[in-house]
Amino acid sequence: MADNVLVMAETWRGGISDATFELLALGRELADGFGGKLEVFLAGDGVSGLVGELGAADSVYLAEAPALAEPEAGGRSRLVAEVIETSGPRCVLVALTNVSWDLAGLLPARIGAPLVNFCRNVAVAGDEIEATCVLYGGKMEATVKVSAAPVVFGVLPGARSADAGRSAGSPEVKDLAVDGAQAAVAFLRYVEPEAGDVDITQQDTLVSVGRGLQGAANVDLAEELAGLLGGAVCGSRPAIDQGWLPLSRQVGKSGVTVKPRLYFALGISGAPEHLEGMRDSELIIAINTDPDAPIFNAAHFGSTEDLLEVVPALIERAAEVKGG
Amino acid sequence: MEAAMLYAAEETRSYFYTLPLWLKVTFYVVALGTLVVFFAAVRRKWLRYRSGRKDRANRPSIRRFLGGAVSVFSHRRIMRDHPVAGLAHAAVFFGFAGLFVATLVVLVDADILHPLLPEWTFMHGTFYLVFSWLADLCGVLLIAGLAVLMFRRLVLRPPELRVEDRDDVEGFPTGRMVRLDDLAFLLLLLAAGIGGFIVEGLRIHATQPSFEGWSFTGWIVNGWLGDAGVSSAGAETAYAYLWVFHAITALVFVAYLPFSKAWHMLAGWYSLAIRPEVVGGFPDAVDTVSGGYDHLTDLSRGELAMLDACIRCGRCHAACPATNAGFPLSPRDLILSLRAGAAKSLPLPRAAPGTAAAAPVLTDMVPAEWLWACTTCLACDDICPLGIQHLPLILQMRRHLVAEGEIEAGVQDTLMNVMRYGNSFGTSPRARARWTSDLPFEVKDARREPVEYLWFVGDYASFDPRTQENTRRVARVLHAAGVDFGILYEAEQNAGTDVRRIGEEGLFEMQMEKNLEALGGATYRKIVTTDPHTYHALRREYADGNGSGAREVIHYTQLLVDLLDGGVIAPTRSLDAAVTYHDPCYLGRYNGVFDEPRRLLRGLGARLVEMPRNRAGALCCGAGGGRIWMEDTPGIVERPAESRVREAAGLEGVGTLVVSCPKDLVMFQDAVKTTGLEGALEVKDVIELVEEVTRPMDRSEQP
Amino acid sequence: MKILVLLKMVPDIVEELEVAADGRSLDLDFLRLIVNESDDHALEEALILKERHGGTVTAVALEAPDVDDVLFTALAKGADRAVKIEGGGDNLSTRRAAGVLAGTLPGAGDLLPADLILTGCQAIDDLDGFLAPALAQALGLPYVGLVGRVAPQDGKALVAKEFAGGVLGEYEVSLPAVIGVQGAEKPPRYVPVAKVRAAMKSAEIETVAAAPGPEVPSFDIEEMLKPQPADRAEMIEGDPEAVAARICEILSERGLL
Repeated sequence: MADNVLVMAETWRGGISDATFELLALGRELADGFGGKLEVFLAGDGVSGLVGELGAADSVYLAEAPALAEPEAGGRSRLVAEVIETSGPRCVLVALTNVSWDLAGLLPARIGAPLVNFCRNVAVAGDEIEATCVLYGGKMEATVKVSAAPVVFGVLPGARSADAGRSAGSPEVKDLAVDGAQAAVAFLRYVEPEAGDVDITQQDTLVSVGRGLQGAANVDLAEELAGLLGGAVCGSRPAIDQGWLPLSRQVGKSGVTVKPRLYFALGISGAPEHLEGMRDSELIIAINTDPDAPIFNAAHFGSTEDLLEVVPALIERAAEVKGG
Repeated sequence: MEAAMLYAAEETRSYFYTLPLWLKVTFYVVALGTLVVFFAAVRRKWLRYRSGRKDRANRPSIRRFLGGAVSVFSHRRIMRDHPVAGLAHAAVFFGFAGLFVATLVVLVDADILHPLLPEWTFMHGTFYLVFSWLADLCGVLLIAGLAVLMFRRLVLRPPELRVEDRDDVEGFPTGRMVRLDDLAFLLLLLAAGIGGFIVEGLRIHATQPSFEGWSFTGWIVNGWLGDAGVSSAGAETAYAYLWVFHAITALVFVAYLPFSKAWHMLAGWYSLAIRPEVVGGFPDAVDTVSGGYDHLTDLSRGELAMLDACIRCGRCHAACPATNAGFPLSPRDLILSLRAGAAKSLPLPRAAPGTAAAAPVLTDMVPAEWLWACTTCLACDDICPLGIQHLPLILQMRRHLVAEGEIEAGVQDTLMNVMRYGNSFGTSPRARARWTSDLPFEVKDARREPVEYLWFVGDYASFDPRTQENTRRVARVLHAAGVDFGILYEAEQNAGTDVRRIGEEGLFEMQMEKNLEALGGATYRKIVTTDPHTYHALRREYADGNGSGAREVIHYTQLLVDLLDGGVIAPTRSLDAAVTYHDPCYLGRYNGVFDEPRRLLRGLGARLVEMPRNRAGALCCGAGGGRIWMEDTPGIVERPAESRVREAAGLEGVGTLVVSCPKDLVMFQDAVKTTGLEGALEVKDVIELVEEVTRPMDRSEQP
Repeated sequence: MKILVLLKMVPDIVEELEVAADGRSLDLDFLRLIVNESDDHALEEALILKERHGGTVTAVALEAPDVDDVLFTALAKGADRAVKIEGGGDNLSTRRAAGVLAGTLPGAGDLLPADLILTGCQAIDDLDGFLAPALAQALGLPYVGLVGRVAPQDGKALVAKEFAGGVLGEYEVSLPAVIGVQGAEKPPRYVPVAKVRAAMKSAEIETVAAAPGPEVPSFDIEEMLKPQPADRAEMIEGDPEAVAARICEILSERGLL
């Protein structure tokens, strides 16, 4: 059993995803801590050219086949299970993104290893590995120590910075043989969302609304505020599910990731799936009547007053400041 | 005319004067035919009503019928807010009733006694003279009343009388059909009345009896005929023709009666006879799939008959806050649509053996949009001169929508919140009594110790940050007055009033059970509440296992005025300001509590100025019936709360609108903002005024 | 089409959560348990499929406080059967629950084989695993998660998997399969309390004894605590007006207003 770290790389639209680089940064720390190697598993079709981006790693297990072109977990978990059999890493890092979600659940089950889920941090702690996991919608954190090997960590996006894991280089490439077994799950096609009128990833200011907005009628308030600040309205998943905003305005795991200068979070609880989409915003101001809402852990400023009172007052004030 | 001359000749008149026999016979035949048509139509209506559900609870009783009769004869409901139209209708009513009785009298004398028992005939002598005078008086009243009503309808054209076409339901009567019916009714009656006088005048002109001065109108017409140069012989000739005209008008009216709004003359009695003394009671669940009304035949027989009483006076339409705001709901149109549906499809055609006839589905006649627009304010039921109860129909139909899951998402979430957390806000129940934490004293826990007044605070007063300060004020005032009160803390739950009105009967029952359990564990003398909705539910809808809802529940304004009267609350200053007061629907219209809040305000030294729509005529703030949880429909012209604050702001010298319900406070404060009346009108709860006048005097104020 | 829906009870995070005295679990005192949100969506999707294509829906849950309410609610919404698995243990972690289900379902009252096993794609207490893939692996069935829409088609199912940016990926899964549902086509339907109560009177929840499943790896929680980041938001005090004023100040300072 080697003290290696294995990172499950993911590609999206032909490129290595940011989440992968985040895992590489984390993986490098852990590998150095163990004194072992950092290895990457990369699967896809015609992705060998991307190996050069994985310079942070020591070696890359490359599996190429048409069936692996798009995200799928069944084939990958079978292949990785073989790799783990032979190379025996200490731990495996999988990103908790939509692309790798299924793999994070399937892989530990397949190899009979524990999964430590929703990690926002993983670190070496003597003989053990310590992880901090986010539970209950972000309201609680659990500290876990594992000594078993291998152990799979499901890592939340944002645990490390992607840039820290980016490094050009030439890791050793180990090609894997891929059999042509018929997959039970076959990718057919992508369905693109309807283009929205506004691209929220390009906005400097975003006014984001969540369940606390209470009704579609109040979206007007958000629009007014956004208008005054020269920005646009977006929302967390509940706001889109309720039909208050179109899909193109969704921020979060299944939506888009935004990094505006100003992000207003109105009536948003701050569950990890949403935070993932906006936590790097320069200035985050959150308004939520629940003082325990996890959004306050990510925001820079916050208030527990009723947003339906604060926003109109804010609109008035802002209009004054702008006018006067 | 001297008495001697009056009685000189035999005072009577001959029936069918100058009419040839064949005409008399034809008349009777046609009259018989008319009655056949009439009764056939009545029978069809009866079968239609019978398609409804049997309902023991709402059968007409002697008591209700007598109450209805008093209402009709006194014209109390018709006169309300409409003195001129009311008096005119009284003239038409009594005039027509009198003439109807006169016709019956003549029928008895002419068609029964005259041929069979001639010595018993009574249409002569003094009887005849008095009879003639009264009959003429009735005729004059009828025509005068009709003239006024026609003037109102055709010249003044009040908007409430206009029935617009509707394209959101099929089969709705067109404006044209309605106007034709309205006009036909008026003109037939008018023609009958005027025709009658002309006929009488012709007869008098031809026969010139000396005593017919008693038929004073006929006598006047006789005079006009003379002035116009008509000879006696001429009058005699013309008589037959005019008689036929008059007979035709009368018979057509009778035949037409069941097909026209004239039917209200009969249906109205019934509708008033099934009306409970106190309206606003919640209709019981019925034995249908949804527990409410799914099909037209789920309406009770009485309700189907009640539909026919509507005469399109438009008062419910004008009083409805939803209609005024521009929602698709109009109580009048609801009744008319159901009525049109019933006329078209009931009684159901006989079904093939082994199958049930498909009864028409109610949502075809009353779309969900209409039903959800209702705030359950009760203005429609309160104001209908014929006692039609619109609201129970709406509530029953809402039950169907809930069973089908046709509820908007926001309301679903609210219902889920009430079910899970016992409050409509979706907040942890542990937070219910947090408003007390800012008080300088402990509020007694009624779960643990006996109290005199158990204060059932209510959701909005407990949780909404905009109203919590007023809740604290109430606590401070009561505490300062030494009142022994306590609250149920976390054991208190949403009372379920609005949940019930959404149509979620099961959830209401669950809430009632939980609250009754909490109340059952407490010892108290009276319950006091700050929320009129809670007041209504606890007082009239909560039933213990033994079926009795008896517990003494008062509203905090009633408690405060008692304390003021008793000197327990001692004002240290007088308000000395002009204010106006909004009667909450569930306190005022539903439960008749109008005076105590006013006495309270006056007792505080306020100068009370009434808004034009006050007491039972108050315009609902728009929050009731679960509407506070619903999205606005697009196309709203002006929200009810906005209309109301404008009404208040329009009062000369009045700067404060006083409310006694937390939802009113929230609705009106929002409306003040959206109408730009900030600075012109302040919305205050009555407790703010109480606290203002009872705060201890500071140095500068002491004498 | 025979559909199984797996439901689980989780703590309601609307309530204030506290750490128990042992420092490594939740204080159960004020805990309210509700059905896992994405499991509710799975049930809704199952009911929609039944309405569209016919078949049966069976709701299955492991014994837990208040689970009866949830199962009766499922019946009231239109599920044909409700099954409660008893004796599997208390406070099972997700991985262990998957193990119990894997051990029990094959032999229990005519539940398997089913065409589709639907359950939520995640739960807020999934510390040691995700239920759907763990169960799929144990039963040897294909699995797809984060699914929004399921459409059966000749022994297979077309599913729409959610990706970032609102992109959907359509996959074809051969049946039988386990699907992890993210969100149903429509929000979970409301069922009136009266219907649930009627179900409580007229319908039965079947009970099945738990059979042990495969050994699952486990680990303990060292510590549980409320997140206390060093950089928690600076809270602005005061009434809405004051808050608005301060925010405008902050924005002006940074040239954002």
